[in-house]
Amino acid sequence: MNLNAVGIVYRKEFTEWVRDRRTLISTVLVPLFLFPLMMVGFSALAVVMVGKAEKETPKIMILGGEDSPQLIASIKKLDALEIVPYAANWKDEISNKDIRAAVEIPKGFEKSLETGQSETVKIYFYDGEMKSSFGANRLEKFLKDYRDTVVKDRLAAKNLPASVLSPFSIKQENVAPPEKVSGATFGSFIGYTVIILCMTGAMYPAIDLTAGEKERGTMETILSSPISRMDLVLGKFLLVFSASLATAILSVISMGTSFAILGRTNLMNSSGGQTLALNLGLLSVVSVFVMAVPLAFLFSAVLMTIALFAKSYKEAQSYLTPMTFLIVIPAVASVMPGVELTPKLALIPILNTSLVCKEIITGTYHWNSIALIFASTCVYAGAALFLAFKTFQRESVLFRS
Amino acid sequence: MIEARGLSKRFHDKKRGEIRAVDNVSFRCEPGRIYGLLGANGAGKTTTLRILATILEPTDGTALICGHDVVEEPEKVRANVGFLSTATALYPRLTAQELVEYFGRLNGLDEATLKKRLDDIFSRLDMNGFRDRRCDKLSTGMKQKTSIARTLVHDPPVMIFDEPTLGLDIMTARTITTFIRECRDRGKTVIFSTHIMSEVEKLCDVIGIIHDGKLLTEGTLGQLRERYAEQDLEEIFVKVVSPLQSRVEV
Repeated sequence: MNLNAVGIVYRKEFTEWVRDRRTLISTVLVPLFLFPLMMVGFSALAVVMVGKAEKETPKIMILGGEDSPQLIASIKKLDALEIVPYAANWKDEISNKDIRAAVEIPKGFEKSLETGQSETVKIYFYDGEMKSSFGANRLEKFLKDYRDTVVKDRLAAKNLPASVLSPFSIKQENVAPPEKVSGATFGSFIGYTVIILCMTGAMYPAIDLTAGEKERGTMETILSSPISRMDLVLGKFLLVFSASLATAILSVISMGTSFAILGRTNLMNSSGGQTLALNLGLLSVVSVFVMAVPLAFLFSAVLMTIALFAKSYKEAQSYLTPMTFLIVIPAVASVMPGVELTPKLALIPILNTSLVCKEIITGTYHWNSIALIFASTCVYAGAALFLAFKTFQRESVLFRS
Repeated sequence: MIEARGLSKRFHDKKRGEIRAVDNVSFRCEPGRIYGLLGANGAGKTTTLRILATILEPTDGTALICGHDVVEEPEKVRANVGFLSTATALYPRLTAQELVEYFGRLNGLDEATLKKRLDDIFSRLDMNGFRDRRCDKLSTGMKQKTSIARTLVHDPPVMIFDEPTLGLDIMTARTITTFIRECRDRGKTVIFSTHIMSEVEKLCDVIGIIHDGKLLTEGTLGQLRERYAEQDLEEIFVKVVSPLQSRVEV
């Protein structure tokens, strides 16, 4: 092996790589801006949409209740609701979003309250429609408060304290450190994303440096130079590998920044959701990268080998698209609840790395598993690179017509 | 010096079975002479030249290029060869200079020698006006000059041209044929494949006619004219590749 020749090929491939607009998009722009756009952008958009919906005074229709004037008067007093006159086609009006919800007061409701008879007040709304849900929720809250007042009055009439209804309370409390909590929530997502991006980062250069060379007619040019096929493959492979790692690094930086922005602005909290405070320690970030390295190595070698069989860029894409599914399936499997790292699963490529990333992010380090996964992925990666070398020796592949 | 010794190349095709692209071909090319390999499409010219350039490996036989065996020492062979064909394209995102530098470095030239060689070649080929332009922005003529510069950068003693003028306009083709003559005048061993009779008549010192993978005849133009009692090379070619058919026509 001539390292100088490998370096010459690598530098040349790098020069061409950075000059290619498609590379810039797939390796730099997508990982850098996809996450902020998806997470911060969508979250901000969701907050804006929810805020707008919350500000709206929902139009509500009252069905019945002519014999319950007190309740009707209380509902009408509410500023948070706009009461519209009764219409027989109230269901259509809800479906057409002309009104947000309707409340049905049973006949003789107030009389039933006096006699202690239980009645059911029905709220009709459009399930899945946010503004309708807000209207229904406001109605429900009002009716619950109204019911609590009735209960309090009844207890007071019988000289009983309010606590008689709740002799004790129940509260769940988290004891896990915050990074473990957020890690458990986002750990599988991060592992999965890093794996997918390692692959997508490698895909374009793998095609460009193999099938792309054939299509452009430069394969014969380079094969007529004195460089050995092994050095040539190694130089090309290192570029694909670099692209894969670069995409993964940029995506993690981008994800970290997105989470930090979300945490600082508390976008999710303002809508009453969960706080996205993901505190990734330096050790876990470094560990995820270390585990991603042999996987990026494996992807680069496998993608290059497959793409080399193709005669054109398009053909290579059609070979590699099904590969994406093969990679996505084990990566997704690790996200599924109940899938835990076992010695057997530690030998399944992609799934093992995804699972160990999940554990690392939650702060759990099973060193034996980590070593086994790292070693097994390195073996697979080495085998894949050997296969790439062998494929580059095959005339039937290089000059397929 | 090129010496082909019983070169054969067989391919396996699922539909057609075994194909003998090159069948026991032997010939010799001397320094300072141009050997023209004349044949129709699919005759085995490209496969023969690809074997000589070590891009393909022979199934049987071998060839020596400057004393190096194409099977045993392919990298040393390539270091002594400049290979140019219409299939050897340029890297579109490199400039003309970067491309030639790349091949110079792959051929083991040090930076000082490379710079000197580059300045010399670029001046000789009148390439200074576009040396910093990307290859995808070059005209066909500029591309051919860049390809020539690529093959010359390591100053190889053997030049292999596989149908180098195929599909080119007259002016660009002339650049190539002038360059081939220059190579001969500089004492290089030149082998050149084509199916264009006029090119062979103008350029070649020795002509080999190849058909169905077999080298059917070889000699100087004068020798071939005498042997086949024809003045016109096209008639000679037809007599060689299909003697029965030419007799019927007569």
